[in-house]
Amino acid sequence: MTPSSLLPRLKIHCEAIDKTFIQKGHVEVPVIKDINLDVAENEFLVVLGPGQCGKSTLLRIIAGLETPDAGYVLLDGQPVTGPGPDRGLVFQGYMLFAWRTVLGNVEMGLKLRNVPRRERHAVARRYIKLVGLEGFEKYYPHQLSGGMKQRTGIARAYANSPDVMLLDEPFGQLDAQTRMFMQHETIRIWEQEKRTVVFVTNNIDEALFLADRVILMEGKLPGRIKKEYVVDLPRPRDHGHPDLLRLREAISEEIALVL
Amino acid sequence: MQAYKEVVVKTPLPLRILPYLSVAVFLLIWELAVRTGMIPSVLLAPPSQVFSLFIDKLTQPNPDGAVLAVHAWTSLQEALIGYGLSLLVGIPLGLAMGWFRVVEGLARPIFELIRPIPPIAWIPLTVFWFGIGLAGKVFIIWIAGIVPCVINSYVGVRMTQPTLIQMARTYGANDWQIFCGLCVPSALPMVFGALQIALAYCWTNLVGAELLAANTGLGYLITMGGRLARPDIVVLGMVSVGVSGAVLGFIIDCIEKRLLAGIRR
Repeated sequence: MTPSSLLPRLKIHCEAIDKTFIQKGHVEVPVIKDINLDVAENEFLVVLGPGQCGKSTLLRIIAGLETPDAGYVLLDGQPVTGPGPDRGLVFQGYMLFAWRTVLGNVEMGLKLRNVPRRERHAVARRYIKLVGLEGFEKYYPHQLSGGMKQRTGIARAYANSPDVMLLDEPFGQLDAQTRMFMQHETIRIWEQEKRTVVFVTNNIDEALFLADRVILMEGKLPGRIKKEYVVDLPRPRDHGHPDLLRLREAISEEIALVL
Repeated sequence: MQAYKEVVVKTPLPLRILPYLSVAVFLLIWELAVRTGMIPSVLLAPPSQVFSLFIDKLTQPNPDGAVLAVHAWTSLQEALIGYGLSLLVGIPLGLAMGWFRVVEGLARPIFELIRPIPPIAWIPLTVFWFGIGLAGKVFIIWIAGIVPCVINSYVGVRMTQPTLIQMARTYGANDWQIFCGLCVPSALPMVFGALQIALAYCWTNLVGAELLAANTGLGYLITMGGRLARPDIVVLGMVSVGVSGAVLGFIIDCIEKRLLAGIRR
């Protein structure tokens, strides 16, 4: 079963994207080259690659935080020209406001759009509950563990009701156990509130546990799409499932070739 | 999540008495140095003499024309008005310079030119413009205090995490919302740092400001002591400036801690 056989609606379309960074004012570093990518509505797409392969840049281009040098991104057929509330971004470093409570952080997007206080509190509380942080509304980020901070980040992105969730190595700073737990939580939350997800990671197991489809990036700059794997397995998945292990082996071999 | 038990860790007693010991030994050596004639008493007054002058000056206006409280009050007034005005102007200016490129482009070159000029170099112009009253001294102190206010606020805004700014943009925040809601709060610790530094600048330039023909004030007391060749008056003036400056610093520190309690990191 490939996404196209179900004829789902096309959500994101990346066409021949190139991006080059200028470092120290004059050194040109090609970061991604000729990226073509389609993401279907409500698909969980994972972009997998080692550090420094341009995967975060691709995500930031979809988010509208970077402009591609060539090519374009279409979202629902409309070209992306800048960041917008239709795309919720979850960062690796949490990026919470230290001087605002969990509730204050989660309702931020709504507040910026002048949603009345009562309504935005209701929405924020709903998503705080969804990510399992009920009772922590009045806590400040420094009082939370890493996992709880990232739950807050996810709730904040959800509360803004985006069509697309963009997650940039969201669990990169968590310990291995919390990370596994958060992966389960991610699937639980996503199954309750389906969104189109583009999830960037450097972890094969994380990719296979989460994804409908895994995009493997080349291991060196400029980043290109090396291969694509459809993970057609029911959720929640078992890391020991034979099909999953077979895929893991195939991807590992490919990565070994890449490196 | 469970609340943690609060434990008070006490500094060991010998460490706690060290500051007092240090002051006591310092005063003792000073006293002995003058008493034994190592330093002639026309050049330096011993602490005991300064202390008895302090007691006298609480009630005696002579020989410099006012009791100590009047001197202290005059200085405090000048310093606090100048300090307050420098906060009022410097902090918003610095914050705006950090975020709005137009403000930075307009204000920064002028600021950079004025910054290296020592505040007391303004004294002659100040006399032309304001005469010798309160306004002139306030102006000098204002010039002294505004520099750290602008710099710290500017740097504070500049140090805002760029990813946080991008994050706010993805939520649709405009420039003004990012400035007020993100840059200013994240600059606050630096701004509070400026409160202390500016106070120190203001207070140290007080004596300079009172070199203007003044007739009261702690700086004036020091100058008068010099003219009358009375080292005890000079030292009393200096100690008064030191002690009241330290007290002011302590008060600002307390206020700062109060305000910062809301934005713990």
